[in-house]
Amino acid sequence: MRPSIVSLEVNGSHRDFLVQPGTTLLAALREALGLTATRKGCETGSCGACTVILDGEPVMSCLCLVEPLDGARVETLEGVATGPDELHPLQQAFIDGFATQCGFCTAGMIMAAKALLARNPSPCREDVIVAISGNVCRCTGYAAIIDAILEAAADLRAARPSRAA
Amino acid sequence: MARLRGRGMASVNYPTGMNLGGDPSQALIHATTTGSFVISLSSVDLGQGLKTIMAQIAAETLGVPYGNVMVDTADTDTGPHCMGTFASRATHRVGNAVIMAAKEAREVMMQVAADELEVDPDDLTSDGEGRIHVVGSPEKGIGLVELALAAHFKHGRTISGRGIYMKPKSDVDPETGRMDPDSAQAHACTVAEVEVDDETGEVFVLKLTNVYEIGRAMNPAMAHQQIVGGAWMGISHALYETTEPYYPDRSHGPTDFAGYLMPGPGDLAEMRSAIIERPAKNGPYGAKGIGEMTANSPIPAIANAIFDACGVRVDEMPITPERVLRGLDALRGTPA
Repeated sequence: MRPSIVSLEVNGSHRDFLVQPGTTLLAALREALGLTATRKGCETGSCGACTVILDGEPVMSCLCLVEPLDGARVETLEGVATGPDELHPLQQAFIDGFATQCGFCTAGMIMAAKALLARNPSPCREDVIVAISGNVCRCTGYAAIIDAILEAAADLRAARPSRAA
Repeated sequence: MARLRGRGMASVNYPTGMNLGGDPSQALIHATTTGSFVISLSSVDLGQGLKTIMAQIAAETLGVPYGNVMVDTADTDTGPHCMGTFASRATHRVGNAVIMAAKEAREVMMQVAADELEVDPDDLTSDGEGRIHVVGSPEKGIGLVELALAAHFKHGRTISGRGIYMKPKSDVDPETGRMDPDSAQAHACTVAEVEVDDETGEVFVLKLTNVYEIGRAMNPAMAHQQIVGGAWMGISHALYETTEPYYPDRSHGPTDFAGYLMPGPGDLAEMRSAIIERPAKNGPYGAKGIGEMTANSPIPAIANAIFDACGVRVDEMPITPERVLRGLDALRGTPA
């Protein structure tokens, strides 16, 4: 089995890297590319901590082999901030609403939420619950997270009425 | 077949800290050349907000802005000793150590300022916004950056302080059993409202109302979030979580999150929480601990609410639909 070169667009940048067969997208992001905001939780697809956005869809990166993804577009938490000194409204809402405690689920929560807001800028509470139902949080009791996502959705609609998140 | 409604309550007294072979925590504070204050600790922030609280305490005691304080908990091998963040002890133990260290550092800070301004240190005050000045004459003062530079490069001083909070070991009096194991007791009460489905045995927690007396809420928003998160965990312990559902038979145990039941974002109860503050004499600015206790009172409150709803007294956790149904069957005289 020989390593192969995989090309991805990661957070808007073109990245080529060498991987062994069987490498997951999660391992490639964390180990080959050094993007460690994406957390390695259960590695069985049941905690959601590794959620990233792959070609516009939220996926659990621990369940995706990276070789077949050659040419795909990946977005991780590192690419979410609006600018060097400006957080994305989702990040700001998580801070303002105390929606993070230990922080282990936060990256996955924000990526799941960002994917939701991209396809539905005006989610109701139930939409948010469904969108994060694959993401486990052990600290907050979820309510603050749900509130923060709804808050960010409202902020985004107010700031950019004609555009999706 | 019906959904039966019930209400139950439970109270908890929770100790802050515990009786080890003596229970010390230490803190060191020093100023950088640019007037930031670094608190070195071995205590660990695992999401409970220790760094925020310690920075608040240091800023308050030093008389400098919160933004000028950094908390370094990087290395338990090289940092000053801490027994650990457990037993809801960190705010109390480490907070007291930080106050002591900050007082010593403040003394040096005021002495250096006095030397720079050629006044008596007793005539100086801090405005909490980054300046030390003569009482009544805000224009005769010095900023923190200038002060720290002077300490390092002119006076050869280190603006620093040492702090230790030491709870001595308390032996048990053999005659009376009396001892002094903790430093303070926080109190809480939860009222739970539930519905029990008498056909499936499922329990739905509709509402939890919590009241906490925690001495002083150092950061009310964080204390509130701790209560909400802890109450969620209490629901989870009461109704869902177990590693050995048929203990001592160890079969059917979960092997991953997919089989380890917890309430998800769609299973939340309506939550109301209130905080009562009665400052503890020995607490830092009156604080007691509110770490672990937040998961406790919801559990018996839910068990009591289930009893109120359907007459079934389950004395094992978690209170699964199976256990509720077996209890209902026993009451109804129907076969299990």
